[in-house]
Amino acid sequence: MARGMTLVEKIIARAADRKSVRAGEIVTVGIDLAFAHDSSGPRRWAPMLEELGVGLWDPDRVAIVSDHYVPAVDAESAAILKFTRDFAAAHGVKNFFDMVGICHLVLPEHGLIRPGAVIAGGDSHTPMAGAFGTYAAGYGATDMAAIVATGRTWVSVPETIRVEWRGAFADGVAAKDVMLFLCKELGLDNAFNAVEYAGPTVEAMGMAERMVLCNMAAELGCETGVVAPDGVTFDYLREIGAPVEDEAAALALASDADARYATRHTFDAGALEPQIAAPHSPDRTLPVSGHQGVKIDQAYIGACVGAKIEDLRMAARVLKGRRVAPGTRLLIAPASARTTQEASADGTLHTLTEAGAILLPSGCGACAGMGAGLLAEGETCISSTNRNFKGRMGAKSANVYLGSPYSVAAAAVAGHITDPRPMLEGTAP
Amino acid sequence: MSGKAFVFGDNIDTDVMAPGYLMKLPPEELASHCLSAIDPDFARTVQPGDFVVGGQSFGIGSSREQAAVSLKLLGVKAVIARSFARIFWRNAINLGLICIRLDEARYIAPGDRLSLDLQVGTLFNHTQDRRYSFDPLPGHLTGMIADGGLIPHLKKRLAAKGDLA
Ligand code: SF4
Repeated sequence: MARGMTLVEKIIARAADRKSVRAGEIVTVGIDLAFAHDSSGPRRWAPMLEELGVGLWDPDRVAIVSDHYVPAVDAESAAILKFTRDFAAAHGVKNFFDMVGICHLVLPEHGLIRPGAVIAGGDSHTPMAGAFGTYAAGYGATDMAAIVATGRTWVSVPETIRVEWRGAFADGVAAKDVMLFLCKELGLDNAFNAVEYAGPTVEAMGMAERMVLCNMAAELGCETGVVAPDGVTFDYLREIGAPVEDEAAALALASDADARYATRHTFDAGALEPQIAAPHSPDRTLPVSGHQGVKIDQAYIGACVGAKIEDLRMAARVLKGRRVAPGTRLLIAPASARTTQEASADGTLHTLTEAGAILLPSGCGACAGMGAGLLAEGETCISSTNRNFKGRMGAKSANVYLGSPYSVAAAAVAGHITDPRPMLEGTAP
Repeated sequence: MSGKAFVFGDNIDTDVMAPGYLMKLPPEELASHCLSAIDPDFARTVQPGDFVVGGQSFGIGSSREQAAVSLKLLGVKAVIARSFARIFWRNAINLGLICIRLDEARYIAPGDRLSLDLQVGTLFNHTQDRRYSFDPLPGHLTGMIADGGLIPHLKKRLAAKGDLA
C-alpha cells in the first residue's frame, strides 16, 4: 500500500491535480490566493506585466495590502502608495486593503485564508497563513509577477520537519519563546523544508499563537510552517463570518500516521523559559537570564508576529499599574486597525498609554526599517518582531534583541532586559 | 575570463544586500549600498565578472528581490555558497543571476581568482589551483536560464504559443 502523505504533500497534490506527490518531486501547482504588499507588489509587477502584455490571471484571487510605506512619510512613499491604489483599481482587485494593517494579519481577519489552499505571497512571512492548514510560501517579485499573470508556479515538494510540543507553558512564556528557542535548536538553514507543529500544546493554542509559530517558520529558513486545521481553526473562521463549508475535508488534511518526515522532534513546553535572541540573528537565543541587565533605549511592540490583540494584552498585563522606566521609550504599533479597535474596546490601549507607551500607526513601520521608530547609532532595542538583522531597524551599529511581548514590556518597565514572570505574579492571565 | 572572489560568512541576509530604509531609491542607487553594513567597500570595488562567496543560508530573510537585483546590477557573475535561502535562490535564478551550491565554498579566500564552466559544472580557483565540481541546475530551470530569466522565458512562450498556458 502507498505510504501516507504529510499535510503539505496533500495540499500540493490536490493543487497539482495529482493523487499523490512525494517530497523532492517538482510539480506545477495552481494558486488559490496570490498576494503582495505595497513594497513587493504592484510597483514591481507592473513593468513585468507590461513587458508580457498581460493582466492579472484572476483579479478575484489576487489580494493587495498596503502596509510597508504606511502612512506616507515623504513624496516617494506617497507615490508608492498611490501607485498601489491606482493599480488595484485599474485591475479590478476587490481585495485591496489600504492602511488597515499588516498583510499577514489582515488577510486572515477578512476570511481570505482557507484551510487546504495554496497561497503565494510576495513576502517572506507568508508562511503565517500556514496556521490555517494551508501551503503558504513566500516569493520574490519576478516569481509573483509570473504567478499573478498565470495563476501557477513550480514547487519542489518540501520534506517536512515535525515538531511536537507537550505540556503547558508557565505563565509568562509564549509562542514567541517557542520560536526563538527553535531558531537556536533547529538552526536557520532549513531551506526547501516545511515545518509542521503538532502535539497537545499546539492543539491547545489559539490561532494567534499558531500564527506566531508559522510566521517564524521563515526564520528557520523553512519554505512554510503548518498546523493541521481543527476545531480552533473552524471557530476562528466562524467567528469572523467566514465559516469552513466542508469541515470533514479540512480535518482530512492532517498528516497521515504513516507519513514520512525529514526529522521529528519533541519538546516539553513546561520546561521552556522566556527566551531572548541577541543581535544580529534570531538563532542567538538564550533563556532571559542569559541577557539579564542589558540596558534598553527602546522597546518595540510591533509587526505581524508580535502586535496582534493577544500580544498587546500580554504587554498590558505587565504594564498595568507600572510605568516605562525613565530613559527608555516604549513604542507600540498595533498590527491592524481591527487590533486597535479591540484594544480600545477592552481597555488594553488605556493600560498601555497610561504606562507611557507611545502609539504608532498600524503597519510594518520600524520592523521593515521603513516607518517610524528607527534606531540611532549605538542604541539598543528589545523588540517583539521576528528578525534582528544588522541595520534592519535603523542605524548599522544599533543592537536589537528579540523577545515575547511579555519580555519586551518587562524590559520597558525595568529599563533593562529582565525576566517578565515576577511582574505577572498576582495578575490575572 | 576570471573574476575576483568577495568572501562573506554564514547567514548573509537580504537586508544587508538591500537595506529597508533605502528601498524607495532607484535600483542603481540602492545597489551602491549593497552589503555596506558588513563591507563598506564592496559596492565600490566589485567589478563586473566578480564572484560573491557565502557560507550557509546565503540570502536569508526578507523576500525583497532587490537583494539579487543589486548583485546583478553590480555585475556579480555568480554567487557561490554552501547553501542558499529558498526565496533568494529562486529570485536570483529568475533574474539570470547564477547561484551555485558548493560545500567547498569555505576554502575560497578573499581575492582568489575564480572562473566558471556552467556546461561542465566546474568552478576553477586559479589562485589555489583547485577545481571543484557542482551539481547542475534542475532540468526544468535550464530552459529558463538559457532564455535569460523568467520574464524573457515567459515572453518567448507567449510569442510561440499565443498564451501563457
Ligand atoms: S511586520 Fe515586519 S516581518 Fe511582518 S510583514 Fe511587515 S516588515 Fe515583514
